[in-house]
Amino acid sequence: MPKLYFDVAHTLAGSLVLLSFVMLYQRRLGALLNVLALHAAVLALSVAWQAHIQGAPHLYITAAIALLFKAIVVPMALRRMIVRLGIHREIETVTGIGLSMLAGIGLVALSMAVMLPVTAGADPVAREDIALALSVVLIGLLLMVTRRNAVSQVVGFMSLENGIVLAATGAQGMPLVVEISVAFSILIAFIVIGIFLFRIRERFDTVDVQALDRFRGERR
Amino acid sequence: MLTALLLCALALLAVAGLAALGRGGERRGAALATAAVYGGCLAVSTLAFALALAALLGGVTSGLTLPLGLPWLGAHFRLDALSAAFLVLVSLGAAGASFYALGYGRHAEAPLRVLPFYPLFLAGMLLVPLADDAYAFLLCWELMSLASWALVLAEHRPAENARAGFLYIVMASFGTLALLLAFGLLAGPEGRYAFAAMRVGDHAPLTSALVLALALLGAGSKAGLVPLHVWLPLAHPAAPSHVSALMSGVMTKVAVYAFIRIVFDLLGAPAWWWSVPVLTLGASSAVLGVLHALTEGDLKRLLAYSTIENIGVVFIGLGLALAFRADGHLGAAALALVAALFHAFNHTLFKSALFYGAGAVLAATHGERDIERLGGLIHRMPVSSAAVLVAAMAAAALPPLNGFASEWLAFQAILVSPDLPQWALKFLIPTVGTLLALAAALAASCFLRAYGIAWLGRPRSAAAAEAAETDRFSGAAMAGFAVLCVLFGLFPGAAVDALAPVTERLVGARMPAQLGEAWLSIVPIADSRSSYNGLLVFLFVVASAVIAAAAIHRLASRALRRAPPWDCGFPRLAPSMQYTGASLSQPLRRVFGPVVFRARETVEMPPPGSVAPARIVRERRDLAWEFLYAPVGRAVGRAAELLNHLQFLTIRRYLVFVFLSLVLLLLGLGLWS
Repeated sequence: MPKLYFDVAHTLAGSLVLLSFVMLYQRRLGALLNVLALHAAVLALSVAWQAHIQGAPHLYITAAIALLFKAIVVPMALRRMIVRLGIHREIETVTGIGLSMLAGIGLVALSMAVMLPVTAGADPVAREDIALALSVVLIGLLLMVTRRNAVSQVVGFMSLENGIVLAATGAQGMPLVVEISVAFSILIAFIVIGIFLFRIRERFDTVDVQALDRFRGERR
Repeated sequence: MLTALLLCALALLAVAGLAALGRGGERRGAALATAAVYGGCLAVSTLAFALALAALLGGVTSGLTLPLGLPWLGAHFRLDALSAAFLVLVSLGAAGASFYALGYGRHAEAPLRVLPFYPLFLAGMLLVPLADDAYAFLLCWELMSLASWALVLAEHRPAENARAGFLYIVMASFGTLALLLAFGLLAGPEGRYAFAAMRVGDHAPLTSALVLALALLGAGSKAGLVPLHVWLPLAHPAAPSHVSALMSGVMTKVAVYAFIRIVFDLLGAPAWWWSVPVLTLGASSAVLGVLHALTEGDLKRLLAYSTIENIGVVFIGLGLALAFRADGHLGAAALALVAALFHAFNHTLFKSALFYGAGAVLAATHGERDIERLGGLIHRMPVSSAAVLVAAMAAAALPPLNGFASEWLAFQAILVSPDLPQWALKFLIPTVGTLLALAAALAASCFLRAYGIAWLGRPRSAAAAEAAETDRFSGAAMAGFAVLCVLFGLFPGAAVDALAPVTERLVGARMPAQLGEAWLSIVPIADSRSSYNGLLVFLFVVASAVIAAAAIHRLASRALRRAPPWDCGFPRLAPSMQYTGASLSQPLRRVFGPVVFRARETVEMPPPGSVAPARIVRERRDLAWEFLYAPVGRAVGRAAELLNHLQFLTIRRYLVFVFLSLVLLLLGLGLWS
């Protein structure tokens, strides 16, 4: 039985990393949002599985929050936003997709190389989870760095946060208060960023952050 | 005793609040606040002086841990012989400066820039010798540094003061950083920040060497050791004169205390070669300091350079003590340490009096600091001139004054050095002794020049001609310190005996008891080797002077004649025809200048037929500035300019930086394990 627990947990965490890679090569914002929703849904599943293994009912609440807000509310809101901004068909790339995929692979290897020796004595489930969670965080950062559109930067930020939640739930005994407060802080960050997006749009007629640079008289 | 001293420091902090009396900027309010603050400081530091003296003479040692500071550490305070000796020095200097400032402080243009920081400065200097853990020590040290920095910037309008303040804060931060690192090394990986734990700790030779270097950098930069001295002649004169006296006379001694505490107390048994850098730096400070003083025209800056010289003498004593202690000559080590401590104390006495005198001149001449524009002050300011004369003679190390007594002790320690087994020291110490003798001789000519040009002769400017005697408080403070200079010159045995507990604690031996000697002589080692009697020298000087005067008056004519002096046939003698400071120091400048200062003199002759005057242009460079400070300053400036671009990056670039640094750190972590 423990073998099955481990395999399922590993699969779910692994598919989170896979979905992060999927995000890396999405060029259209709409598709990116779909992957984000899927990412959050897998996260919710993973958290629920952890709740089941650890026998910790409060983790079900975390899973519900993840499912409700991250898989449904935030992607829908973002979708409405890009429709209202009229950028749902836009294509944007910064670096080549192949290059960013290679960088992502490197990051996963790095997080494995760093995390596995460090957590040698820990519970194997938590160990794998933390290593994979770090990969998700790093790929989220990579997404934020390589994208130029503000909305996709928000998406990168959200996926980064998913990685943090994954790591937090993998470690046993994390209090519920911490998880809820993390979830709400993300929500508030989302609201603030959303407002800023509209303000930026209002002023510059675009959400391409390069416009901000041009406005400040910077050369790229 | 310790509690009472800590309460004194606390009271000083409260006194700083009295400066609020002067709010609103009315004249009466400011005068009231001045009197209240300096009066309070005088009372508290007199009390602290009495307590510290009682602790030193009574051999009190007590410790106290207060629940302040770092939670797992607390704030440790401790009073032992060494801290008591330095507290005597600090509180005496503080009491003198406060008394002087009761009169002098009334001349301040903006008293509220000085009043709040002055008690804080005193409190910092009182607390540093009491601190018994690294955290409390550095905290008090920084209180002292920052308060004195605020005082340096009391008159912040002149550009040179702003520059001095900037240089001072940079050097003070650098010194604190060095001390912080030294304490970190002493504390070891376990973090034993209490001095008691450091004392028993075992230090590897490499660690000890690093701590010695850092202590020299940290304490030396505050004390003004060459080549870390550059800020000192700029910052000390920029402050009001009573603060200059404190910074030069007292704060540099607190730095000496820090050095002694770290190297003699915390670092354990010394190796013989530790003395080499200390002696070298001490000797070069002594000679370079006095050479700068000799060619300096600004009165207060001259005194500040002379401080560098005296700190060099103190460090020579400390280096000798290290050498002797490492080789087990404990009696000689005690002698050298007493010489250093006694000279530190004497320097506080005469340098305070000299700075008070300079302040009195400044107040009387509305801020004239150039000695070439002074002169004839002895007729207009008789009391302060007499006090300054005594202090200048002490600074010039003339017997029977106190400066001579302590330098004589240092020479006695140098004369024991052939007993040392190491050949390096056998060669080095006589060289240091020669340089010390040179410095002493140059100091004599330096103060001869300063006093002869500024106080004697005829006034060289209108301001000097209209100078009037200083107020009673200032005069009394100067006279009091001058009397102390004489007393410690006549009875140095009392000071030597009082310092015995310090040397017993630090080098495990003491000098022979001096007060029991016949005729109040001092005998450093044994009667057969050497002894000195200040009282006899004094009596001889007085008796021979009286006899000579009487003989001249008796054998020659007693009649008083007033007649025009022989003027070489030149009809009109003007004050500008007098000997000047520059001309008095010219021979020495010619000898040492090309080597030490890369000095150059060029004569610009007017073309034939022109009526323009010929000019002689003197150029003097400070090599420490050019080869040490300027390159470092340029490097820092360039780095700051490069880093300045980071202020104006785009959001994405910042994100890239965050991302890359995270990945780099993780890579480092991965490769490490």
